[in-house]
Amino acid sequence: MTITTPDEALDAPVEREKSRSLVRPLLVLAVITVLAALVPSVLSESRQSIAVRVLIFAIMALGWNLMSGYGGMFSFGHAAYFGIGAYTDSYLLVHHNVSPWISLFIGAALAALVAVVTGYLAFRYKLRAAYFALATFAFAEMLRLLATNTHWVGGSTGLHVPLLTADSWWKLQFAANAPQYYYIGLAMVVICVLITLLYLRSRSGIYTVAIRDNEDAANSLGVPVMRVKLTTMALSAAITAVAGMFYAQYFMFVDPDIAFGQAQSVQAITPAVIGGVATVWGPLVGALILGPLSDLTSSWLRNPPGFLDFLAGRSGLDVIVYAVLLIVIVVALPKGIVGTVKQWWRNR
Amino acid sequence: MAVSTRRQLSLRPSPFVATMLLVLALFVVALLRSGSMSITGQALLTGLIAGGVYSLLAMGLSLIFGVLDIVNFAHGSFLAIGLFVTYEVVHQTGANPYVALPVAIVVLFVLGALLQLLVLNRTMGSSLESQLLITLGLSLLISNALLLFFGGDPLSANLHNDPGVHIFGAVANLSRVIAFVGALVLALLLYVLLEKTSFGRAIRAVAANRQGAGLVGIDVRMIYAVTFGLGTACAGAAGMFIAPFTTITPTAGDQFNILAFVVVVMGGLGNIMGALVSGLIVGLVEQLGGVAIAGQSPLLSVFILFLLILLIRPQGIFGAKSS
Repeated sequence: MTITTPDEALDAPVEREKSRSLVRPLLVLAVITVLAALVPSVLSESRQSIAVRVLIFAIMALGWNLMSGYGGMFSFGHAAYFGIGAYTDSYLLVHHNVSPWISLFIGAALAALVAVVTGYLAFRYKLRAAYFALATFAFAEMLRLLATNTHWVGGSTGLHVPLLTADSWWKLQFAANAPQYYYIGLAMVVICVLITLLYLRSRSGIYTVAIRDNEDAANSLGVPVMRVKLTTMALSAAITAVAGMFYAQYFMFVDPDIAFGQAQSVQAITPAVIGGVATVWGPLVGALILGPLSDLTSSWLRNPPGFLDFLAGRSGLDVIVYAVLLIVIVVALPKGIVGTVKQWWRNR
Repeated sequence: MAVSTRRQLSLRPSPFVATMLLVLALFVVALLRSGSMSITGQALLTGLIAGGVYSLLAMGLSLIFGVLDIVNFAHGSFLAIGLFVTYEVVHQTGANPYVALPVAIVVLFVLGALLQLLVLNRTMGSSLESQLLITLGLSLLISNALLLFFGGDPLSANLHNDPGVHIFGAVANLSRVIAFVGALVLALLLYVLLEKTSFGRAIRAVAANRQGAGLVGIDVRMIYAVTFGLGTACAGAAGMFIAPFTTITPTAGDQFNILAFVVVVMGGLGNIMGALVSGLIVGLVEQLGGVAIAGQSPLLSVFILFLLILLIRPQGIFGAKSS
C-alpha cells in the first residue's frame, strides 16, 4: 500500500478541474469560427453549397452525438427530429406565413417533446441497446408513413417553400449560393458546439456521462436517471430539429423521404462516428470529411476519369464511398479520427 | 442468448393468445370498416401468404442474432441481392425464375460467409453499436452498389404465365402461392438442419457457450461464417421467391428489413420457431391493418404493433425468458 502525500492527493482533483475548464475548448472554437468565417472569401460561389452541406451535417451529428455518444442511447431514428424541424418550418411558412426564426423554436420544442414522450415510454419499459435503436428507427419510419399519407402536409409530394422576389432575413431566404446561408449555418454550428460544451459541464451533462458509464451505480448514488436521460434526449432532438429547419430553408423543399427517411438518420450518425463518437470536435471533423467527399464522388460520376468511364451517368458512388469509410473506421479506428488522435497525443 | 427452437413447445399462453386476440380484433375492425367478407377474406389470404416469406427472411435474421449476437441491419439488402440475382438469371438465360433459387441461395451463402470471415469476425465481441454500424454501412454499400451497376429503373422477373389460384373464395397468384409454400419448406429444412443434424448441434453449442464449444473442438470462427451464410442465404431465397411479383429496385429490400425486425422481435430475438410463427402473424396484421386503417399505408399497423411489442414484451410473445 502506498501512502500519498497531501500534495499528490490534492494534485489529482486539480488536474481534473483543469481539463474540465472551458478556456481551451473555447479558444479552439474561436479559432475554428474565425477560420470558417473566411471560407466564403476563398471559395468559389458554386462550391458554397458544399460548405452549407458540411454545416448541416455538423449540426445533425452534434445533436446525435449528445444523445448517442455522450448519453449512450443509440439512436437509429434521428430523422424523426430532423423531419419534425423541417416540416414544422415549411408547414408554418407555407400555410401560416410564419417566419422560420419563430418556427425554429416551435420545431425544436416539438422535437424535444416527441423525444421526451418516446424516451419516457422506452425507459419506463427499460428498453436497452438494440431494442432502443430499433424503436427509434421504427418511430422515424412511422412518421415517414404518416407524412406520406397526410394531405395537409402535402402527402408524398411534400412541401415547397414559396419563392420570394427579394432577399429577406425575416423569411430566411436569399439568392441561391448567397453567403448569408453559410454565415447563418455557421452561427448555428457555433451555438450548437457552445451548447454541447456547456451542457457537458452542467450537472445534468455530468450525470449523463455517469449514467452511460454505469447506470446502476449512478442510480444508487441518487442520480435522477430518467430525468437526466430525457433532458439529454430533448436537447439532442432540438438541435437536430434546427438542422431540419435550416435544410428546408436552404433547399426550399421537403418530402417524407428526405425528412424522415433512413438516409437522414444515417447522415446524423456517420459524421459523428467517422470523426469520433463522444468527442466535441468529432462531428465537425466528420462533417468536414463527408461533405466534400460526397461532392467529389458525384462530380467523378458526372465526368469520370478514364478508367471509370463505364460509370458515367450512374449514381450511388458517393454513398458507397462513405459506407466503406464507415465500415473501415468502425473496424480499424473504433474511436474515430478525433478519438484516436487524442489517445495518441496522450500516450505520446 | 441462445438459439432456441424447442422452447416454443412450452410457450406460455398469455402473450401469444393476446396477440392472436389482437389479430382477431383487427379482423373484426377490417370487416366492419370494409363491410365486405370478400375483401376481408382476401386480406386474410394475402396476409398469410405474404407472411410465409417474412418467416423465412426473419428466421435467417434471428439465426444470425442468436448465434453471432449481431443485429444485422443489412438483411433487407441481402434480400435485394437475391432479387437482382434472379433478375440476372432470367435476363441472361430467359429461364423460368425458379431456376434462380439454387443460384440465389449459393451466391448469398458464399457472400455472407465471406463477409463474416473477412470483416465481421474481426469485430466479434465488440459493442453491439459497432456491429450495428458495420451492418448499416454494409446495407448502404449493397443498395448503392446495386444502384451503380443496375441503375435505379424498376426491373422485373415475371413468370410468363401467372394464373390466379382460388382458395376459400379468395384469389392469390400462383407465384405468391409458390413463394408461400417454398418459403415454408425451406424454413422447415433449416429447422431440421439446426435440430436434427450434428452440424446443427454445433451451431447451437456455439450459440449457447462459445468458449465451451471451442474447448470441445468446434471451429467457432467457421461456425460463425457458416451461420452468417445460412442467414443471408435465407434472405437470398426469400428474395428469389418474391422476385416474380415484386418491382426490382436497389432499395426494394428496405421495407423487408424493418418487417424482418418486427418478426424477429415478436418471435423473441434468436428464437427460430418464434420467427416462423410471427412471420405469419405480421403478414396478417399488415394486410388486415391495411383494410382496417384505410387511407394509410398497410405498414403503419405493423409499426404500431412493433412499438407495442417493444414496449410491452421486448422478449417476444413466446414466453421464452431471454437475456
